[in-house]
Parts: sequence; C-alpha cells; structure tokens
Amino acid sequence: MLNRHEILEKHGLLLTVMILLVVAVGGIVEIAPLFWLESTIEKVKGVRPYTPLELAGRNIYVREGCYTCHSQQVRPLRDEVERYGHYSLAAESMYDHPFQWGSKRTGPDLARVGGKYSDAWHRQHMIDPRSLVPESIMPPYAFLANHEVREGDIAGWLKTNRTVGVPYSDDMIENAVVDLKAQVDPFSENYDAFLARYPNAVVRDFDGDPRRITEMDALIAYLQVLGTMVDFSTSMSQSKTIGDRSCMRPCRASLRTWGLVLFIIAFVLVLIYALNPRNKENFDHAKRIPLEDEDQYNDSERN
Amino acid sequence: MTNIPSEGTPSPATGPSASTGGFDSTLIAAFLAIGSIFWIFVAARTTDPLMQAHSFVFLTAFILGGFALGWHLYGGGAKSDGYEMGVVKAGVFASMFWGIAGFLVGLIIALQLAYPNLLYFENLPWLNFGRLRPLHTSAVIFAFGGNVLMATSFYVVQRTCRARLYGGLAPWFVFWGYQLFIVVAATGYLMGVTQSREYAEPEWYADLWLTIVWVMYLVTFLGTVLKRKEQHIYVANWFYLSFIVTIAMLHIVNNMAAPVSLTSSKSYSLFGGVQDALTQWWYGHNAVGFFLTTGFLAIMYYFIPKRINRPVYSYRLSIVHFWSLIFIYIWAGPHHLHYTALPEWAQTLGMTFSVMLWMPSWGGMINGLMTLSGAWDKLRTDPVVRMMVVSVAFYGMSTFEGPLMSVRAVNSLSHYTDWTIGHVHSGALGWVGYISFGALYCLVPWLWKRARLFSNNLVEWHFWISTLGILVYVVSMDVAGVVQGLMWRAYDSLGFLQFSFIETVQELHVYYVIRAIGGAMFFTGSLIMAYNLWRTARGDIAVREPLAAGDAVAVPAE
Repeated sequence: MLNRHEILEKHGLLLTVMILLVVAVGGIVEIAPLFWLESTIEKVKGVRPYTPLELAGRNIYVREGCYTCHSQQVRPLRDEVERYGHYSLAAESMYDHPFQWGSKRTGPDLARVGGKYSDAWHRQHMIDPRSLVPESIMPPYAFLANHEVREGDIAGWLKTNRTVGVPYSDDMIENAVVDLKAQVDPFSENYDAFLARYPNAVVRDFDGDPRRITEMDALIAYLQVLGTMVDFSTSMSQSKTIGDRSCMRPCRASLRTWGLVLFIIAFVLVLIYALNPRNKENFDHAKRIPLEDEDQYNDSERN
Repeated sequence: MTNIPSEGTPSPATGPSASTGGFDSTLIAAFLAIGSIFWIFVAARTTDPLMQAHSFVFLTAFILGGFALGWHLYGGGAKSDGYEMGVVKAGVFASMFWGIAGFLVGLIIALQLAYPNLLYFENLPWLNFGRLRPLHTSAVIFAFGGNVLMATSFYVVQRTCRARLYGGLAPWFVFWGYQLFIVVAATGYLMGVTQSREYAEPEWYADLWLTIVWVMYLVTFLGTVLKRKEQHIYVANWFYLSFIVTIAMLHIVNNMAAPVSLTSSKSYSLFGGVQDALTQWWYGHNAVGFFLTTGFLAIMYYFIPKRINRPVYSYRLSIVHFWSLIFIYIWAGPHHLHYTALPEWAQTLGMTFSVMLWMPSWGGMINGLMTLSGAWDKLRTDPVVRMMVVSVAFYGMSTFEGPLMSVRAVNSLSHYTDWTIGHVHSGALGWVGYISFGALYCLVPWLWKRARLFSNNLVEWHFWISTLGILVYVVSMDVAGVVQGLMWRAYDSLGFLQFSFIETVQELHVYYVIRAIGGAMFFTGSLIMAYNLWRTARGDIAVREPLAAGDAVAVPAE
C-alpha cells in the first residue's frame, strides 16, 4: 500500500493521468460555479449589447492592445471610487468577449471614461496625446482617422457574438450596417429604429468627419459608452452579493470541510510514501540517474 | 572525474532521425499536404488582408517543410543512431535567437515608456507600445523560454531514460512547428491580430496550430519515457511531464473561441465578462506556474546535480514538493482579480492557496540550494554554477514576494502598479533567465563535445553585468510601484485626492529611465553570452585563463 507511488514512478502513462487529475481539481472548483451560481452576475437594468459602431470600436481597442496600459475595472476602494466613479459590477462586462479588465494602469482606468471628455478632446488626444496632456506617455493613434470601418465585416461580428452568448436579435444582425451608419448621423431616417434596438445609445458624428465612418468614430463611440449603461443614480448598487450567502452556505461549508480533509489525507499519503524507510534504497538509486547517464545507451532497440 | 557527457554509442547523432520513410514521415507529409490545401483555400477566399498575409506565411512554411522532408528522405542528411541531439542543438540556437530578440523588444518598450516619442509614428501603428508589449512577453516567455524547455527536455529525457527520442522525425516537426507558431503569433501582434487576453494573445488559428504541435510534443516526450531502459522515471521528467500536460489543458480551455469565419483572423472568446476573466487568469497564473516554474524546476533538477556531480539533496523532498506544488499552484489564479467583480469567495480561495504555495516553492528552492552542500566552493570557482544558484535564490525571493502580493490588503496597493512588473522580472530575469543561461552554458560544450566553454571570464562578465542589471530593474520598479500606489490613494488635509493621475505618471519618469538602464545591462549580458556560446560551439578556447571547476579536463592550447 505504502509503495503505491513507486508504481507512478515507473509507469509514465499512469503518472500523466495522475498529474492531469491533480491539476484539474483547482480549476473545476473555482471556475465551474461561476457558470451556475446566479449571484455571480448582478441583475441590473441598462446593460445592453454594444451597437455595431461600438463593437467595431471595441475590436480596435482589442486590436491595439489598450489593455496593456489601461484597466477597465474600478475597485471598491475609497480613492478609486472618488477618482473614477462607482466600482465596477460584473453585469457591466457580461457582454464583453473577451473581457478587458486589464492588469496595469500605466494610464488611468477607463471603466467609466464614457461622457467624461468631449468627442473633440478624444479625437485630438488620439491624434497627438501630448498636445493635450504634455506629460502623457501614450502612443499616437492618428491613423485611426484615416481608416474606414469595413462595413462588410459588421454582420459577421454580431453573429459570432450571438454564437458565444450575446443576445443580438435577428433584427439587429440584419440591420447591422444600417445601424452602423445611423449612429453617426442624427438626421438619418433610421434614427428611431436604431434607438429602439439599442436604447440610450448616443447618436452623433464622433470624429468630426461626416463624410466617412472611420475607426476614430468607432473607438470614440466605444469609449463614450464605457461605464454609462447602468444608471447608478436610480439603480441599486450595494447588492454585490445578494442571495449568494444564504442559499450556498450549507453546500459550501461541507465542500470546504471535505475538501480540506481529502487534501490533508492526500498530503499525508505522499508524506508517508516519501518518508518510508523501505523506499530509501529506491530513491538513492533514482537520484543518481543523471550522474550515471554516460555511455550506457544501448541502441539495440531502434524506433 | 569527467563532466563531459559523451553522446551514446555508437556515434554522435547530428542529422535528423534514422527512421527513413517510416510512419512518421508519411504522417508529416500527409499533414503538410492537407495543411497546404487548407491555406490555399483560405488565401483564395479571404477578404481579410491580415488573414491573407498569414495564409502565405503558413503556406510558405508548409512548402519549405515539404522540401526539407523530401531532402531528408531522398537526398541524405546524416543518418545516425544513438541519441537524437540535432534537435537539441537547433533548440539551443533558437533559444539564443529568440532570447536576444525578446530582450531587445523589452528594452525598446522600456525606453518608449521613458521617452514616449521613440519609434512612435502617427500613421504607423506597428511599433506602438500596445502591439510591442505582447510581442515582448510572448517572445521571452514562449519563444525563449519555450525553446529552452523543449531543448532541455529533449536532452534530459533521452539521457535519464537512456533511450533515443521517440517518433523518428516527430521531434523535428515539433521544433519547426513551434517556430512557425512563434512567427505567426509575433507577426500577428505587429499587424494587429490579437485576442488581447494576456499571455494568450494569438488568434484562433495560431492556437489550433499550437495545439497540434503540443500534442506531438507530448507524444514525443511520453513516448520516450515509455520506451526507457531505466526503470525509474527521474524526477526532472515528472516536472517536464506536468509542464507539458498542464499547459495543454490550460491552452485548450482558455483559448476556446468562435472565429468569425474560417477565412477571418478575428474571433470572439467563448466566455465573457467575469467568467472570461477567471478562466484567463486561471490560465495566466498557471502559465507562470507550469511554464515558468515546473518546466524550469526540471532544468534545476537535472543540470545543477549534473554540473556539480552530486545527486540532488533530497529525493523525498522532491516527491512531496512536486505533488503539493502542482496541486496548489492551479488554484492561485484569482489573486490577479482581487477587489474586482469576481465573487469574493473565489478571490479568497485564490489568496489562501497563493499563501500556501509559499511552502512547496521553498521546498524546491531548498532542494536546489542544498544540493550544493559540501561543494559550496564551486560558487567561487565555477561561474556557471553560480549563475544557477543565484537563479534558485531569485526563485526563492520571488516566490516569497508572490504570496505576499496575493494578500488582498497588499494587493490593493500593489495591483495595477509597476510593483507587479518588478515582481515578474525578478522571477523572469532572475529565476527563468539565469537557470536557462546556466543550462545553455552547460549544454553547448556537452552537445558540441567541447572540453570547456570558450571563456569563463566572459561568463563572469555576463553574470555580473546581468545581475546588477536585474537588481537595478527590480528595485526601480518595486519603488515605482509603491510610489504610484501611495500617490493614487493620497489625500490632502481637506480630504480631497492629492494627485491627479498624470502627476503619478510624471513622477515615474525617472524610475522608467533607471529601469531601461537595468534592462540594457541584462541585454548586454545576453549578447556576451551569445558570443561566448558561438565561439564555444566553433571549438575556440580563450587560452590564458584558469579553468573553472565545472570544466572537465585541461585541454592544451591548440
């Protein structure tokens, strides 16, 4: 019994399977519940899928690697709430594929940047960041104003987002290009239909160039919607863990206990094996393997 | 006593495999043919210029692969028995090449943060920080680190199992397939093909390609273990195996995504928001855990004992340390998401396991360091040993700092600041870099059958320049992080936030300059190393210097 580990040391396949089992546990316990615990994502009003233009902007945000310097996650700490606004809710990024919470703030957090600066400010800031903020170390993104958004791609983007779970309707996908154009033209005939599909979306020419729909339009539209979907002046907010504790408590307590017990038993078994004096000879042989691997290779079996 | 391992009898293996025209080459040929047809189809159908560019990259690579295969089968190429060391040599070259490339990109982006007009062009986005930064991280982690791991694992598994690499041409497929993945990923970042999920940036088709290559890697490695002539599987191989198996699991789960179409370079990840965040950091943290830790621990468990010719300190400790390390590491991911919208129970689990992780980590460190007991004089006499021992010391430091930073209270200060960057680099430059350098300094004389390195003095230069560089880097970034974290939360006497964000950016300028100097020193060291290894492989010896203890026998000057 106590020498079972020896079997692992001598059977490569079994060792592989054991490794896989051992490393699978942590991920299953931590990640799987996020998909079925309803409390993971709060129920709040206002969060809607991105408009075609905003989604195009988000694609640019992803393409340019903005996450390497900007986070999109306000933590519930006094200084952050005062600096950036209400702390971020899980619901606010539930349609984000992929998430862009980021891990570094070389520049400020952008989770609530929407509405804080004018479109003209963003445009100038993208073209030449240091013309507005002399101390800024951000790269320039002037090329965005010269690149047009490729209309042909839009419907495919929406459709793929629906495949991964974002609730885009058939109507939205059919009208993707129409909506793209409608969002930069306040006088278009599709104005009302667009706003019916995407409530509270902002309609205006973002980049100051009404002739074309550029990547600058798209990126600014995306930045201007960040953090504005949930209306915190009327909405709930301090409900981060509603319903979580009560319904999960019994199940989680037993998980915790038995998980710990199993963990300790497994550890003790490994310890007993490792310290068992009968295995000493075995180990002494094994530890010398690298020192004695000279010239003993016998090529009688070729593959 | 000699420390120069000779390759197995009967003769040194230099060329590709001996199994001409076997199952392996049929399989590879079929694979290249099917792949070429697929990429011709994509090149013809796609409207996406980026995808078009990549389809030509793949196509070129597959056609070259076909030529190489044909040349091998019909033209010759040295046939040999014995260990397959050609692929290890190729891996040494690739490691050095990608290492220097990755360090250079790192230096450039460090300078860009200090001098923000450097290499920024208004209408050329290719060299912007946001595109270069993933290039740097992927180049050093996956291109440099990955090649070091592949080369050393192919070396170690053959020698400790006393068996030729399994799979005939398969190891060469793994090697070139992996280089192709690197090229596709790197050019993708520059062109703007990215998922923007940290350390998992390559798009869906590069990910699928890597999956194929990685499965072949597992087959090759495990196949060699299974046909071994040594009864025991040496502990280094467990670590390599856990690295290969776990990275496969992490890579496949984390990169699940829906491509917009077969001919589009764009995909959307299957998970969104909070689920995507945790999956990603479960992956991201364990890329550190299983790529940058267990893989390099395997190097420690083979190369340190081998170099000083003493067995590892405690085989018992290595067993306990192995199982507890791989079990606990996988839980620690959520500490990257403290105070976010991730449920608190998950954050707490991540923090708890991160603190527990300290113990197995230090178990490994002690095992590595104590292997030297009775041979501490080698620290003085053999700079290569010193490099590896300092590496293990850095491992100990960063695995102490890591659990500390995973505590929520500390994390609230350190997160989002350059403290994280400092921490990462003490692990990456100190631990991963130095253990890799040590392994390469060992491998080149062994592989090319040289009695010793070209110059031990150059190793000394490399060691001291790089060590100082790392210290300059780490200290400047740790201080910068604490400064910025404190400035963000500073209040004035009236209860208002004292600093605007841009004031904290301005404050960091001097630290960024110092960091770039540290990085430049580390980069310089790697150039010295490349020169030294090149001359060693050629068989040159710088005559007038004393031998190091690690050198085998005195070789008279030619």
